[in-house]
Amino acid sequence: MESTTTAVCRLRVNGDLRECAIAPNSTLLEALRYGLGLTGSKQGCDKGDCGACTVVVDGEPVLSCISLALAFEGREITTIEGVSEGGKPHPLQDAFDLTGAAQCGFCTPGILMSAWALLRKNPSPSRDEIAQALSGNLCRCTGYTKIFEAVERAAESLGGAR
Amino acid sequence: MKRRGTPAIPADRMMPAEKRLIPPAWPGGRTAPPNREFRVIGKRNRKVEGLAKVTGRAIYADDIALPRMLHGKLLRSPHAHARIRSIDVSAARALPGVHAILTGRDLPEYFGIIPWTEDEQALCEEKARYVGDAVAAVAAESELIAEEALKRIRVEYETVPAITSIDEALEHPEIKVNEKAKEGNISKHVHLEFGDVEAELEKSDATIEAEYWYEGSTHAPIEPHCAIGDFDATGFLTLYSSTQVAHYLHRDLAKVLGLPTQRIRVIQPVVGGAFGGKSEPFSLEFCAAKLSMLTGRPVKILYTREEVFYAHRGRHPMRLRYRTGIKRDGTLTGVDAKIHIDGGAYSSFGLVTTYYSGQLLTAPYQMKAYRFDSTRVFTNKPCCGPKRGHGSVQPRFAFECQIDKLADAIGMDPIEVRRRNFLGEHTRTVNELRVTSNGFPQCLEAVERASDWKRKFRRMPYGHGVGVAGSMYISGTNYCIYPNEMPQSGVQLKLDRSGRATVFCGASDIGQGSDSVLAYIVAEELGLDIGDIRVVAADTDLTPVDLGSYSSRETFMVGNACLDAARKLRLMVAESLAERWGCRAEDVTLAGGVACSTRAPEKECMSVQSAFQLAEARHGTLGSVGWYQSPKLGGDYRGGTIGASPAYSFTAHVAEVECDPETGRVSVRKIWVAHDCGRALNPVAVEGQMEGSAYMGFAEAIFEEQLFKPEAPGHGAGLHHGPSLLDYRIPTSLDTPELESIIIESVDPEGPYGAKEAGEGPLHPSIPAIANAIYDALGVRCDRLPFDPPRVFRLLRSCDARAQWERARAHVHEAATGAQATAERSPSGTRAR
Repeated sequence: MESTTTAVCRLRVNGDLRECAIAPNSTLLEALRYGLGLTGSKQGCDKGDCGACTVVVDGEPVLSCISLALAFEGREITTIEGVSEGGKPHPLQDAFDLTGAAQCGFCTPGILMSAWALLRKNPSPSRDEIAQALSGNLCRCTGYTKIFEAVERAAESLGGAR
Repeated sequence: MKRRGTPAIPADRMMPAEKRLIPPAWPGGRTAPPNREFRVIGKRNRKVEGLAKVTGRAIYADDIALPRMLHGKLLRSPHAHARIRSIDVSAARALPGVHAILTGRDLPEYFGIIPWTEDEQALCEEKARYVGDAVAAVAAESELIAEEALKRIRVEYETVPAITSIDEALEHPEIKVNEKAKEGNISKHVHLEFGDVEAELEKSDATIEAEYWYEGSTHAPIEPHCAIGDFDATGFLTLYSSTQVAHYLHRDLAKVLGLPTQRIRVIQPVVGGAFGGKSEPFSLEFCAAKLSMLTGRPVKILYTREEVFYAHRGRHPMRLRYRTGIKRDGTLTGVDAKIHIDGGAYSSFGLVTTYYSGQLLTAPYQMKAYRFDSTRVFTNKPCCGPKRGHGSVQPRFAFECQIDKLADAIGMDPIEVRRRNFLGEHTRTVNELRVTSNGFPQCLEAVERASDWKRKFRRMPYGHGVGVAGSMYISGTNYCIYPNEMPQSGVQLKLDRSGRATVFCGASDIGQGSDSVLAYIVAEELGLDIGDIRVVAADTDLTPVDLGSYSSRETFMVGNACLDAARKLRLMVAESLAERWGCRAEDVTLAGGVACSTRAPEKECMSVQSAFQLAEARHGTLGSVGWYQSPKLGGDYRGGTIGASPAYSFTAHVAEVECDPETGRVSVRKIWVAHDCGRALNPVAVEGQMEGSAYMGFAEAIFEEQLFKPEAPGHGAGLHHGPSLLDYRIPTSLDTPELESIIIESVDPEGPYGAKEAGEGPLHPSIPAIANAIYDALGVRCDRLPFDPPRVFRLLRSCDARAQWERARAHVHEAATGAQATAERSPSGTRAR
């Protein structure tokens, strides 16, 4: 049964300190999507299997659908909306668009967040390292080929070419 | 022609052929560029919605929140087969925050995607037919309250023995799964024979008879189904839904809800994958609409991942028995198929599936005689339907394995066998399908070369192998699901002095890029930048009807409709310019934002925006309509139009595997995919479809199976094995093989600029190519899916695989020298461009 109490949740998202009123058992994904209107992160399974809800917390990819929102107060959260810089697509986003790495686009925000976290730690990943980093994100459209190409292209344009 | 078991189609529902519309012919046909060369078409362009998707701005159904919106949930049956004695909703209704509850009685009208087999209700009224069949719906302030309300609904069930297999369905006609079945548990039976199969088989030098099992699988789009009903005070219903067939949904909503179609608007937001899994109406759409009608508030229903597995409509499990013959020179003789199809609880597209299981096998190879006998049965499991490559992936698997076995039997290279039996282009199949362009030989050649086939086939060490397979698929079906005389696809185009064009079309983009195809065509014809074009699609209030995204019809049919509209508008602009410059309209080019005459391009030129203004001044407000209707096609026999398509795509794959003979584990190293898509309107998008298809075929070959549990303590028979993306294993980035796409462009005379389909065809050969590669690697024949370690391990233990492997190698090497000579003489078929 829904909790009758409501908690105020303070989240640092994409550089802004945001507040929303949520049920204390809300997931981070619910707080982002329904509390803060950040609908870029997607719910594909709601049990941590598909990775569509992936956001980056303090540099690490996190499955927001199996994370409690209140546990993430004070952490640095980045969602797909925070990847673009000044309204301009990030080179990674541009590369995804250019190479056709997004078909239906539903897994794309999650995959982009995993790839974004990877490139920040490893600016010139090998294809195996890319596959490893994205192995928690299911894509049903592309067969992953164009996604690998996009990450490689982005690494190159960000100056981390191997 | 033999036929039986097929109920006659009522005469008033047949389309009078003589009234069929004929699309306008354009000077120079449909394949040529409007100017001297293509500026947009064939280029590696971005998709129109691509940046919205990668920046998280694309709005999917669940991203929509309307003011005062309630949340709906469905109660589902825990029994595979049970009569519903009573439903008591009083305790649920009393829960604060609950606004409305529905049971079967509130929506009694039957519906179904095929008008002749309407056998579903939004909520079961008398009986639940599978674990997960919906029986009640609740609308509440929140999902959590709705869930709590579901727990308080008391349903009294009387269980009935569950039918969970094809054999049980056939052996127990007295236990009727679906009361709409005319005979026992038979959903559909088709028997068709073309030519004298037995006489042809007599002429064979080798005959192979084998039984295959294709396990069922599901689409598993990453976006779960979601719908929002919004009924307003004027009695008007708006329904947002993650559908791929807004038009058919529109019709069925009217039927089930008792509303006139002109008081319903269906909007398809961005869809997060479908693959055929969203190509018919589902309970959530009717329930969200009805709950909104009862409460006067918007109601959203979002399926859980578990419910997506129950909604299903995925690949049918099929048991296929083939008898096929070959002559020593490699010519195929007769083909005899007996197919049993497990349909699950309802009909869905089952009538079509049953025909497709036989009708779509007759190319790219010449068959002298062909017979198939297909029976679809009802079982107490989630309903199967159209998954990518609808109805023809399973027989294609079996048949391509048969060809491999026949090639082995006569000691001929399987690519050579396929080449020798090539059907040709601009011809007819044994079952009277008209085939136009056909680049299959080029596909075969391409994968043969790219994979280094000649150095690998029967030449690699034990555990390593390569396999080949081919296929064909439709570019749209020849008829609408409900017979009528109206176009299959319509486009409206608006253009004005701003220099911006808006294209309106009912087409359904599910990630494959149909919106982009519309924009590319308009950009090409009007000389615009892709960014200057808005596509408004799949909104029944705003867009002319397109039948939706199924049967690989969008590029071909929508593209043709759009070409029609764009050329009409182009002509208006060109005529205005011709008048101004005193030249002929055909001497005007519109390209790259510039309008000019070919006669004096330096002098006679202006921006296309100025040209549009000129045209607006001459013609008044600018706009055009375009449409497409396929020509009358198909054989002159009952069912002869099912499988008929204005154009067919062709594919060949080579798969390379590495197998562990100790464990039976198969690793697919690489798949080379060559696909004849006519002209590739955007090679990036075509490659994406080829890779996605090959991936999905690979997934079915090695990983996926939609299984149900037998009766056990705690649950009855028919419980889903594991309705989650953890238990139902779909390949990750680490599992998927390397995929190489090779586009073959045959340029079809009737396709828009010569284009054909690319979204479904390239799935088919993956599975048999992998099966045939496993034989090359291990010497065992995988006739049952999936090829997982336990199955392959058992096969390895059941025979002397190593000896079989050595025999196969020796056989083909011996024959190689002799075959070389005959190969020189063999016809390699007509060449496409």
